[in-house]
Amino acid sequence: MNSSYLLSFITFIYGFAAFLYIAAWIFRKEGPGKLATWVSLVGVIGNGAGLMLRWYESYRLGIGHAPLANLYESLVFFAFVMVIIYLVVERRYRSRTIGAFAMPIAFLTMAYASMAPHISSRIQPLIPALKSNWLIAHVMACFVGYGAFAIAFGVSFMYLMKKGRETDQPSSMVYIQPVVLFLAVALLNRILMQYPWGLSALIALGACVLVYAAMFLYQRMAPATRERLLDRLPQTKVLDELNYQLIMFGFLFLSAGIITGAVWANSAWGRYWGWDPKETWSLITWFVYATLLHARMMRGWHGRRIAYLSILGFMAVLFTYFGVNLLPGLHSYGAMGQ
Amino acid sequence: MDPENVSADYLNNIWKFFASLQLTIVVLLSLAITSIIGTLIPQNEDPGVYFQAFGPFLYRLFDVLDIFDMYHSWWFQMLILLLTANVLVCSIDRLSLTWKIIFPGNPRFTPARFRSRKNRHEFKAPVVPDRLSGTYRAFLSKRFHHTDITPTDTGVALFAEKWRWARLGVYVVHLSVILLLMGGLVGSMFGFDGFVNIPEGESVDTVRLRNSSETKKLDFAIRCDDFDLSFYNTGQPKEFRSSLTIVENGKSVLQKDIIVNDPLRYRGINIFQASYGEMAPPQSRQRIPVPETITLSLTSTESGMTYQETLVSGQTITIPEGGGTFTWTSFSRAAEFRGQPIGPAIIGKLTPRNGDPTEIVLPLQFPSFDRMRRGEFALAVIDRQPDTPLQPDPVEKRYYTGLQVTRDPGVWIVYTGFILMIAGCFVTFFMSHQQVYVELSESRSGSRVMVTGIAHRNKVSMANRVEAIARQLEDVRG
Repeated sequence: MNSSYLLSFITFIYGFAAFLYIAAWIFRKEGPGKLATWVSLVGVIGNGAGLMLRWYESYRLGIGHAPLANLYESLVFFAFVMVIIYLVVERRYRSRTIGAFAMPIAFLTMAYASMAPHISSRIQPLIPALKSNWLIAHVMACFVGYGAFAIAFGVSFMYLMKKGRETDQPSSMVYIQPVVLFLAVALLNRILMQYPWGLSALIALGACVLVYAAMFLYQRMAPATRERLLDRLPQTKVLDELNYQLIMFGFLFLSAGIITGAVWANSAWGRYWGWDPKETWSLITWFVYATLLHARMMRGWHGRRIAYLSILGFMAVLFTYFGVNLLPGLHSYGAMGQ
Repeated sequence: MDPENVSADYLNNIWKFFASLQLTIVVLLSLAITSIIGTLIPQNEDPGVYFQAFGPFLYRLFDVLDIFDMYHSWWFQMLILLLTANVLVCSIDRLSLTWKIIFPGNPRFTPARFRSRKNRHEFKAPVVPDRLSGTYRAFLSKRFHHTDITPTDTGVALFAEKWRWARLGVYVVHLSVILLLMGGLVGSMFGFDGFVNIPEGESVDTVRLRNSSETKKLDFAIRCDDFDLSFYNTGQPKEFRSSLTIVENGKSVLQKDIIVNDPLRYRGINIFQASYGEMAPPQSRQRIPVPETITLSLTSTESGMTYQETLVSGQTITIPEGGGTFTWTSFSRAAEFRGQPIGPAIIGKLTPRNGDPTEIVLPLQFPSFDRMRRGEFALAVIDRQPDTPLQPDPVEKRYYTGLQVTRDPGVWIVYTGFILMIAGCFVTFFMSHQQVYVELSESRSGSRVMVTGIAHRNKVSMANRVEAIARQLEDVRG
């Protein structure tokens, strides 16, 4: 068995787990939820085994290196970290509903890694700049941080859903929200799928229509039905706290990731900081989460504002991770088509 | 109001401005937003390139705003300075308030502070307070560094605390930020960043400084004894290796092979493998003649079949299996791929069955190169007329090594900042000053016990901990 096959199989396991979590949430059943936990556990073990197998395979090819050297490998590791963090959260907070929002992200990550046409799952030799002991520390620290931010993103989404619409929402928000959604989806399509701008915009338009149709239907639901969907979500207080905890954890690892990267850059290029786009974007992400932490710790910001900042932070993470490949710079080995 | 009071007021307002959290949030978000500009517009390129890209008006506007070197522009440095002032003033402001809490000399506790707390756990124990307090104190001192006991009107109160110093964590993080910025400043003031190309066998003692026209003379000479490069069979570079010797006063003092990620450090100066190149070949010797006809092999990734086609320059051929067409457009003696020299190559235009034409490069030295493209067909040049050896005479090929030569006395300040940042973040996020208060009051059947506690941060997990301690104490019973 080859690691790529094993890992594409894990994609389906994660998909199945996500499906079970969502089913358990919507149909309010204990059984599928319990099964989902076990399926996720099997998936994450398989995911880890796939990475180890890949490591072993690279040595058999005579180009041995840790499986953290290109976009495909980093995505697989990203999903791995996400599921581990999610399972810890599930155990700690005793809520499987979070899985309905967290596992789909892990599933999409793996599906993207396995299926996107421009991502190669081939094991490639290391180019000279990547041959360093800092590779493992740097990539691991970054992706543990990103994993925590990804789960925080899912939790923020749950928070906003549970909290419902702001009653005193300024009317300008009605116009701003779809524009932001449209731009975000279009940009994501452009950078993740490398579609031309026109197609990206078209897909974004479709996505906006879908989201607003879903929201419209949701508003039209009988209050009791809506309540049945929401009451399985943890309390807003718990979600808010969980979001905050995940961001603190992620921030620590993001800082460690930037720092190990700087030390590595100093040993490879003779400078610890050079304002290369990837470096700069990781710093932008750091600034966003630093703002969030200060607002929360010192001014006691809670709730929606923290949830929105958390979503903004995760967008910055995605741009650091994928968008930068559109820009010129030194980090091209994490780029598409490599 | 007398003038002295006005100026004191004025200073006070300035202090307050720099100590405010609004400033922190505004500066952090401004840094985040403005930093984006420099990632969208490539920095420090030739002015001509910018002029062409943006036209006269935008060019002038961007130039005035230093957009082309924005991270060193006055306004960006100003934002960083604001952040530094903010961090400093804020920390001093708060630390002067919390200093007494962190270092109280002899920590005392006041029961009144705890009695009014809402999250309290109460239960009854069938033992009198005096007998219970010893057991409870032993229990608490196992979990907390410091415990204390005080008699009250109705019985006895126990106090336990730990990690008082965790309140310092956030100041450590702020100190680390200051150190990073200071280290950067020291580096830019007392360090340098230069580069030099040294042909094999030669030595230099002067380097050119980056982003300036100046040069810098070193106290020693660097000799490049040898340069080696190797490729994987995919054509990707595997290793660049320079054998360097440091020559001081005519004597060789240090010899080391450097590769990317393994620099040579000597007397505070770091020498990094940065690039390389080929020396211009001696005129009219062994130049590869322009091929007039070539034979291509076309391997289909789908069927695995390999076809051969012979063509002349400018000719277009049809790719079998309906794979589109290929046109031989030109020949390059020294082609480059992603900035790396790949030697002589055929350049052609590939038009797939359905898709846009793309330019492809087929280096003569690396027949498997085009497989990297992962197209429907992998093309390779397997023969050409007229033919000469591609690697002329190995002795004839001379390289130069491109070295980056830097000195940065600020790097250790920055690294200290790195360590403090990680340690400080860890303490700030995951440790807190925890205080637990247990009050035992006499009742008819024994004692009434009240347990409560506070932490200066992470109040939710502290509430859980207090609950757990209360439950455990209930089980201890004395």
